[in-house]
Amino acid sequence: MAELYITKKNSSKIIKYNKGKMFWESIKHFLKELIQCRTAFLGAIIVLSFILIAIFATFIAPHDPLKANIINRLRPPFWIDGGSITYLLGADEIGRDILSRIIYGSRISILVGLVTVGISGFIGTLLGSFAGYYRGRFDAILSRFADLLLSFPYLIFAIFLMSIVGPGFFNLIVILCFKSWVNFFRLSRGEMISEKTKEYVEAAQALGVSDIKIIFKEILPNIIHSILVLATLRVGYFIILEASLSFLGLGIQPPTPAWGSMINAGRAYMLSSWWVSTIPGIALLILVLSINLLGEGLRDILDPRLKLE
Amino acid sequence: MKGIKILERILIVIPTMLAIAILVFVLMRMMPGDPVDKMMGESGNVSIEEIQALEKEFHLDLPLFEQLKIFITGIFHGDLGVSFQERKPVWNIIIERLPATIELALGALIFSLIVAIPIGVISAVKQNSLIDRLGMAFAFLGISAPAFWLGIVLIIIFAVNLNILPVYGRSIFAYKPVHITGMYVLDSILSRNWLALKDSLRHLILPSISLGAAQAAVITRILRSSMLEVLRADYVTLARTKGLSEYIVITRHALRNALIPTVTVIGLQIGMLLGGNMIIETIFGWPGLGRLVVTSIFSRDFPVIQGAVMLYALIYVTANLIVDILYTYLNPRTTL
Repeated sequence: MAELYITKKNSSKIIKYNKGKMFWESIKHFLKELIQCRTAFLGAIIVLSFILIAIFATFIAPHDPLKANIINRLRPPFWIDGGSITYLLGADEIGRDILSRIIYGSRISILVGLVTVGISGFIGTLLGSFAGYYRGRFDAILSRFADLLLSFPYLIFAIFLMSIVGPGFFNLIVILCFKSWVNFFRLSRGEMISEKTKEYVEAAQALGVSDIKIIFKEILPNIIHSILVLATLRVGYFIILEASLSFLGLGIQPPTPAWGSMINAGRAYMLSSWWVSTIPGIALLILVLSINLLGEGLRDILDPRLKLE
Repeated sequence: MKGIKILERILIVIPTMLAIAILVFVLMRMMPGDPVDKMMGESGNVSIEEIQALEKEFHLDLPLFEQLKIFITGIFHGDLGVSFQERKPVWNIIIERLPATIELALGALIFSLIVAIPIGVISAVKQNSLIDRLGMAFAFLGISAPAFWLGIVLIIIFAVNLNILPVYGRSIFAYKPVHITGMYVLDSILSRNWLALKDSLRHLILPSISLGAAQAAVITRILRSSMLEVLRADYVTLARTKGLSEYIVITRHALRNALIPTVTVIGLQIGMLLGGNMIIETIFGWPGLGRLVVTSIFSRDFPVIQGAVMLYALIYVTANLIVDILYTYLNPRTTL
């Protein structure tokens, strides 16, 4: 009933209060749906656990991941003869504890995935939105460039560039972003083109709202859903790509623990000590699997909501 | 109107390939590491005359622009240069190894189709049943497991522990079939050499599974979702009311139409197959093009890198082009 007495003084406060309330309502609604969708929830929990493990690695890891202990060389995991509880998942070829290396390695994988998708998603979406809205020469040039970039198989391109600029975390991120912005570009461009034909855009234009405001305040909130889904799914892809590059020796260099290079190091011992290669791969599998589950769940949650809205 | 656009797209391939050639050329020259040094085995024990002689032989002493001109004009004559490491024409080296890569890619494709089509169809027909859930779980695993890890695990399980399948290479030398196409499986069938067939198939299985697993997962999901859409369509209901058996309805009416978007996805995957080849070939010791690229990048063998990358790019671009053209015919709403 207080609305009946809106004066000019407190009207803006009421509007801000309502907008804030709507924001939190939608977040609560989203979380409720997330919990209801069992697979997405499971995925979210596992991903969250990995992130927590990565952040608190120094407290969780039982041993120093870089400390070599030749006596321990190739010790098997604890359920096999010769293993011990202190080295829960065994030791690698120079005696470093595999569990600790996996815990620290999760930092690299998660960081690479998130940062790459974050940067390339941001750039790609920005460029795509403008290209899709304004069309014209800007769009034509960018699209041609995007097509050209796509004509290289990703791995060859990445190997190439890594050989040139040299290994290292920063270089890896730059090279991964170099090609990945194209997916976001294409998606946001396509969505922007189709959204632009709708009436609410026409209405905003008729009202005299500036183009930039239209892009950010009107259209972008509507297409952000598909972009988020794409982003989630790409994170897993980039984690695998980073592992592949580390596997070839072109990504993160040893002795820094990275799952890909751990798998590669274990190749020489495949015949006798299978755990050196297999166990880091299982960690990789679980992480990427849960990210994909989360992404799929997000797609289910966000899409039908769009249709209902 | 459409014809002109298609022609435009086809013609654009040529400047694209040129751009790629120049890009590859420039990028390679930017790599640290001297090719002549690598040729000499990095011993550091060579005289200036030998270095100069090698540089002259491979045109490395000419200014960059001249080298680029030689390379580009060479392409139009079919001459891709001579390998630094092996002293053989690049073209020959590539042709030697190409059938191996094609065989692996085909093996992976066939494996993924054999697995994906039944699972995709059954999952769609019996939606939300146990088979559907299992199928989707399998599909998720397929996309989440990195191919190189899968290859290593398969080797450990089948080759090391169970000892059923070989670890390395394409065939045991004694069983190598006569060289007709270069693809061992095909050659053994053509020359009726059954021992060779068995041997080459045994070597082909594990790499194909590793490479094809991710493929299979993607195809399963696309097929399932398009089948679901198609099964709700009117013509399927019509076919059922006509009294046709469920089997015919599914295979002849629904599946045919559901395969359309699937085929386009498969076409796009060909590029991925080629890209993913390199790691699988390295793990299984498969003497194909991918492994050639990796080793020549490490040994700075410029002509081989140039030739192989150009070939990859050509195949990739062509595959994408064909898929794009096909797609405009199948889905009139998309434009080139």
